[in-house]
Amino acid sequence: MLSILRTIWYVFLHSFQKRITVQYPEQKPYLPPRNRGRIILSRDPDGGERCVACNLCAVACPVSCIALQATEDSTGRRYPEFFRINFSRCIFCGYCEEACPTYAIQLTPDFEMGEFHRKNLVYEKPDLLIDGPGKYPGYNFWRVAGAKIGGKDKGEAAHETPPVDVRSLLP
Amino acid sequence: MTTPHPILSILGIVIVAMSIAAFLIWVERRLLALWQDRYGPNRVGPFGLLQVAADSIKIFMKEDWIPPFADKPVFVLAPAIVFVTVLMSFAVLPVAPGIIVSDLNVGLLFFLAMSSLGVYSVVLAGWSSNNKYALVGGLRAAAQMLSYEVFMGLSLMGVVLLAGSFSLPAIVEAQKKIWFVIPQFPGFVLFLIAGFAETRRIPFDLPEAESELVAGYHSEYSGMKFGMFFVGEYMGVTLISSMIAVLFFGGWLGPVLPGVIWFFIKTFFFISFFILVRAALPRPRFDQLMSWGWKVMLPLALANLLATGAAVLIWR
Repeated sequence: MLSILRTIWYVFLHSFQKRITVQYPEQKPYLPPRNRGRIILSRDPDGGERCVACNLCAVACPVSCIALQATEDSTGRRYPEFFRINFSRCIFCGYCEEACPTYAIQLTPDFEMGEFHRKNLVYEKPDLLIDGPGKYPGYNFWRVAGAKIGGKDKGEAAHETPPVDVRSLLP
Repeated sequence: MTTPHPILSILGIVIVAMSIAAFLIWVERRLLALWQDRYGPNRVGPFGLLQVAADSIKIFMKEDWIPPFADKPVFVLAPAIVFVTVLMSFAVLPVAPGIIVSDLNVGLLFFLAMSSLGVYSVVLAGWSSNNKYALVGGLRAAAQMLSYEVFMGLSLMGVVLLAGSFSLPAIVEAQKKIWFVIPQFPGFVLFLIAGFAETRRIPFDLPEAESELVAGYHSEYSGMKFGMFFVGEYMGVTLISSMIAVLFFGGWLGPVLPGVIWFFIKTFFFISFFILVRAALPRPRFDQLMSWGWKVMLPLALANLLATGAAVLIWR
């Protein structure tokens, strides 16, 4: 009996406590940089696209919301002809980011992407591509990869020794 | 103070009672939120006050569906009964000297009778829904009302003994010297508990126990029929709160401010208490509820009546 009155009194004391609600549209919550929100495609420091259209993100995606088509430019650099993410399917698991070998696809702390029409949730490459390097400034895949593309031969990448001329090893 | 025209009092009391009941939807949600460290509805209009309008527009626009297996006439009638019986009780409620629809000399009995009739709405709703959960809810309501109605009446008899009248304005006038909450404190506590059971509010909301019975007696109701049950419940809360104010806290009596204001202050205090208890207490088991009613509350009410009767005999 006494405990009932005590409970009522304790609940009443909550009138004077701070409310924990975050008044969202006016008061934005802090989201850490690694928060998994809207997906973007980043560029390397030279301004080129990081994505090499390897399809690993599309394979890793558990809900198959990523679609892309690989192609090559005149210098032999692979890039996606189109890159499409269907955000009405996306579950923001971040597996695409983990799978990406070039840090091209990244998840950002932005989650305000509500739309009135479902088809507006299908983001094409111009919607996804940003101008900066995202979470990895200074990383340039083509500068550290051993692959040969236009303007850079094998062995010219950073921290790379020139390839061994196998014939020179002959006795 | 001049007595207003009867039609004016009737219209005034009906309109004020119904707008308070509608307004209570907002009040309850805001107060519950306050006690749970939240804000509650604060977006629609100033302080979320227009939430009531938004809710009523929504509920009026909803499909008014009657299940094909239901007993249609009774199904339609049941929500009206709860509404009518509560509104009838407001007829004997003295808001201020002269502001009363009908000064019956058995006003208190009329109030008890009408609140007992209110149970028909719940039982018939549960029966006509033709749904096992609704039926169990209706049965629980019937058993609960029966056992709590008994000591509700008995707990008020002490007040009647002290005032020497069943007329509510006379009871208020009899509290000029001392509010009845002091000599009749056990009666007040018993009536408060019975009032919770009578309005089927949270510690005693077993007829609609949503964790066991879907929604109890109104499982099958939708649209404005469901809304009628809700408005009826809020009007019941208002009624019981104003009855507590009238019977135990001197109704319109109070210094400085006019009587109507005092009456509303006291009523709102008890409405807030109803909501506070909803925020604080869980629901008992059904057998606990019944044994509590018959084995504890009824003997206490009888003992209170006996003591009051003895005291009145000795000192008068």
